[in-house]
Parts: sequence; C-alpha cells; structure tokens
Amino acid sequence: MTVPDAPHPRAGLPSRGTLRTAPVVLLVAALTLTGCSSTGTAAPDAGPSAATPTPGASTVAPAEETLEGTLVVLAAASLTDVVTDLAAVLEAEHPGLTVQTSFGASSALATQVVSGAPADVIVTASPATMTTVTDALGGDPVVVATNQLQIAVPAGNPGGVTTLADLADPARTVALCAAEVPCGAVGAQVLAKAGVTPAPDTLEQDVRAVLTRLQLDEADAGLVYRTDVIAADGAVEGIDVPADVQVPTDYPALVVPDAPHPRAAAAFVALLQGPVGRQALEDAGFDVP
Amino acid sequence: MTTPAATGAAPAPTGAGASPPPGAGRRPNRHALRRPPVGTLVLGVLAVVGLALLVLPLVALLAATPWADMVDLVADPAVVGAMRLSLVTAGCTTAVCLVVGVPLAWVLARDDLPGGWLVRSLVTVPLVLPPVVGGVALLLLLGRRGLLGSRLDTWFGVTVPFTSVAVVLAQVFVALPFLVLTVEGALRGADRRRALVAETLGATPAYVLRRVTLPAVAPGIAAGAALCFTRALGEFGATVTFAGNFPGTTRTVPLAVYLAMDTAPEQAVAMSVLLLVVSVAVLVAMRGRWVGGLPGRGRTRRGDR
Repeated sequence: MTVPDAPHPRAGLPSRGTLRTAPVVLLVAALTLTGCSSTGTAAPDAGPSAATPTPGASTVAPAEETLEGTLVVLAAASLTDVVTDLAAVLEAEHPGLTVQTSFGASSALATQVVSGAPADVIVTASPATMTTVTDALGGDPVVVATNQLQIAVPAGNPGGVTTLADLADPARTVALCAAEVPCGAVGAQVLAKAGVTPAPDTLEQDVRAVLTRLQLDEADAGLVYRTDVIAADGAVEGIDVPADVQVPTDYPALVVPDAPHPRAAAAFVALLQGPVGRQALEDAGFDVP
Repeated sequence: MTTPAATGAAPAPTGAGASPPPGAGRRPNRHALRRPPVGTLVLGVLAVVGLALLVLPLVALLAATPWADMVDLVADPAVVGAMRLSLVTAGCTTAVCLVVGVPLAWVLARDDLPGGWLVRSLVTVPLVLPPVVGGVALLLLLGRRGLLGSRLDTWFGVTVPFTSVAVVLAQVFVALPFLVLTVEGALRGADRRRALVAETLGATPAYVLRRVTLPAVAPGIAAGAALCFTRALGEFGATVTFAGNFPGTTRTVPLAVYLAMDTAPEQAVAMSVLLLVVSVAVLVAMRGRWVGGLPGRGRTRRGDR
C-alpha cells in the first residue's frame, strides 16, 4: 500500500534492521543468485524433522545441514528487534544463508502472503490474521509467543493514571488503537471485561502511533503491548492490567506452504521456539508458551 | 473578466508568477514547427508519457472501484461523517487562508518590500516540506508541551491537538502557500496603472485595494481559493501527526482511507473516488474563472516582450 506522504514520523522505524542488512542481502543475493532457486531441493529430506539437535553441534540448528539462499521472513512490527536478532543468529550459523526480514502490520503481511508475495515464514500478532493465510494456503501455524496489553503513561505519569477506569475520564487525554487494527480489537475486549467505557481523544492506526503520542507527552494514557513499553526504553511507563481482564495476544508462526526455502524456514521457526529464541522473546517482554 | 488585465503593453508588471502562463508554452511550439518533425514527435511522446504518469494511477483506481456497491459504501455513516468533516474543515481552512493569505500576497507583490525574497522563500517552504514534518513542527509549537501550546495549556487550559481546530491549522499550514503564490502572481500580472490613476485621484491605498486591485485579481483569488480548498481536502500527513485520528473530530477522508486500506479496501477505494470526484468538481467549477483570468496575464506578458 502506498500513500502520498508517510503515515507517521516513526513509520520508518521498523525498517532499520532491514536497512542495516540491505547491503549484505544484495551482496549475498548477487553471489548466490543462481543457486537460489535450487536450494530448497538441495537435500532430499526437507522438513522440520531435519532440525533434530545433533550432539556436539550448535543448539540452534544442526550444523550438518547446509542452508543457503535468501530466506524471507515477514513478521509483525512488534517483533522487529527479536526477529532481526534471530535472523543474525541464523545467518551466523549458516554462512551461505541470508535472512531478509520485513516488518509491518500483521494484516498487511497476511495480505501480501495470500496474494503470492515470495515469503518463507510469516509471524503475525494475531491468530485472526494468520487464519486468513491458512484459509487461503493451508499450513499449520504454531504459537511462539504471547503478548499482553499494558496501560502506558508518559515518563513521570503526569496524568496520575493508575487503573483502566482512568481511561474513561474525559478530562484526561487518552490515545487508543482504532478498533479496525488488532491492538484496538484486543483493547476493546480488555476494557469490556473491566466494565470500562473509554473516552479516547484519538484512535490511532497502529500501536506505534499510540506510543508516540505518549512519548511526546501529548496524551496521558494509552493501551499498548508490554513489548512496546520495554522497547520505548524509559520514555513511557507501563501499568499492568489486572490478570482477570487481560486478553493475551497469541503470535503464531507459519512456514508458508510452498515456501521457496522450506528447510531454512523450518530452522527459523525452530530457532524461535528454542532456548535462544525464547530468551530473546522474553527479553523483549513476550511470554513464551 | 477580461477587461482588467487585457490592456496590452503594460510598462512595469513583469512579475514572476507562481505558475507559467499558457502563453509561455506557445513560443517553443512555434520553434518546434520549424524543426524536423522528429523533434516534435519526441516532444509529443514525452508529453504523453508525462500525462500517463499522472493519469494511469487514477485509471487503475477507477477500474478497481466497486461501482455496484458504491452507493452503499459511500452512504456508510462513517464515510458520511468523514466527508462532512473534510468539507467543513477544508471550508474553514479556505476562509482562514483568504483572510490572511490575500493580504500576505498583497505585501509580497509590492516591489518596495525590503527582504521580499526572504518572505517569499518562507511562504514557499511548506510546499516542499513533507506534510508529516509540518505536523511535527505544529506539534512542537502547539502541542501540550509545545512552545506556545504549553502556555495555552497553563494559562487558559486549552489544548489544540485532537480537536477540529488542529485539523484546520494543519490544513492551513499546507494549503496557504497555494493561495498566496497564486494571488501574488495575479497581483503582479494585473495592470498597475489603474491603481496609480486611482491614487493620483486621491484614493487611499485601502480604497484602491478594495475597489480597483481586488476586483481586477478576483479570478486569481478564486483560482487560489480552489487550489487551497482541494489541497486542504487531501491533507493527510500533517493532520494525522498533529491533530490525531478520531471519528467526527479529526478523522478526515484521507485518514479514513488510510485506516480502511487494511481492513476494508473496497471502502477505501470508494472513499478515494469520492474525494477525487469532489476535488475535480471544485477545480472544474473554477475552470471558467481560472482560464478567464490567465489569458489576461498572458496577453499582458506577451505585450511586454
């Protein structure tokens, strides 16, 4: 989707990792251009079963397996840091492999995959968007992480916000996600369970936009994911939502059926589920199953 | 309509207009006719490519439009609300721009203005600035922690972001230069001798502006207002950054289109077409006045040469 002017000053943020790796991607793509299409069929047995750890080998993926080509991973924007780091880990394990990452709204990524964009792995921030992929293409997604909503306030909490009920106060400036996007849908469920009718002043088109309002101190409170609060690095403070009204968001990962690089794709999903991936996810504020 | 400026060889008004007059394009054509036809052909092909770059995306938009469901999609309360907000805010923006923009253009058009080039550069900046940057700048000025905004908040308890006023301010920021530069061009193109005559007859500058100069440049003002209105109607970046995104208050049609793009693409397309139709209608409605105004300037200029 293209719009004449950028939607948001922070909209370019998730692409930092992609920018950083772009020269490498180009280089490796040029070097392995001819080998690219054949890598998926390089070994006769392809599939997740090949990822059984071998004694003495790396804990991430069996070193015997040579994975090469350019693996394309599409992931929800909230996974930007984790997936960028894990992509570097997998690349280090397999010198012939380049992992190209792309981040965005889950719904947009799902649309891309359904309409045939060449992708090996897709990780979305909601099972509903994953369903649109599996309905169209099949496949068997696995939940690799869950995220929780938090009340976020600017550093120092100038609005004196303490509970979800404060989001219903018309005197406070409240920023929420629009109901059309996942964070808005989950937020509405949480507020409904808590019996709170919010009084928002703005309904942003994604969670990062809500976060920006808080970072700039233009809003007193908002509902964002716990991972966003951690990523904001002190610029906002998180207040936990009571566990009985919390609606955890599952993050399913899928090896796209007919992926150009099924073995590398399976290795990446295995990495997400393995100790290295779990640690990275927990560090970023996710819960892991 | 043609009388004010169609007075042939005017002495002074050699102003650099905001847009090239139609007459300026005719000279290369005359040259081209004397050249070998291959040159004309190349120019023609390039012109067609240029036109295609502008028109083909709109053709694709119209081709993707779900015409059968168009009425239902457009009658959706959310769309109606966004369209009403867009029309009201763009109307307010145009009014504000006329009130402050015409005087600004009048000042700019005076040759005795010290540092006039600097003022004109400042007026032009929003044209070349990404609107999102304009939104950030407005936030830093009028946001709750902004340069002026923090004082407004402390002294009067007024916060500008997340209100329709913020939408109008964002639109004024991006649309005002269109009006100012268009009106300035018209003022410079107008025959000044009438104003001089009026002054020698004892009219005050304000009277001359009201009874002589403004009527003469009315087509230019109308054209500027039309451009200003349509630009305000399409404003996205500064609005979403500065004003927020709430139905009925700040969610104008472009913001609604962007939000609907992921979840209800056919509704996004329907709203885009609606916006396109309104914008084109405004420009076409102004076309008579606009075209009526420009040849006057063109004739004056050709008289100079």
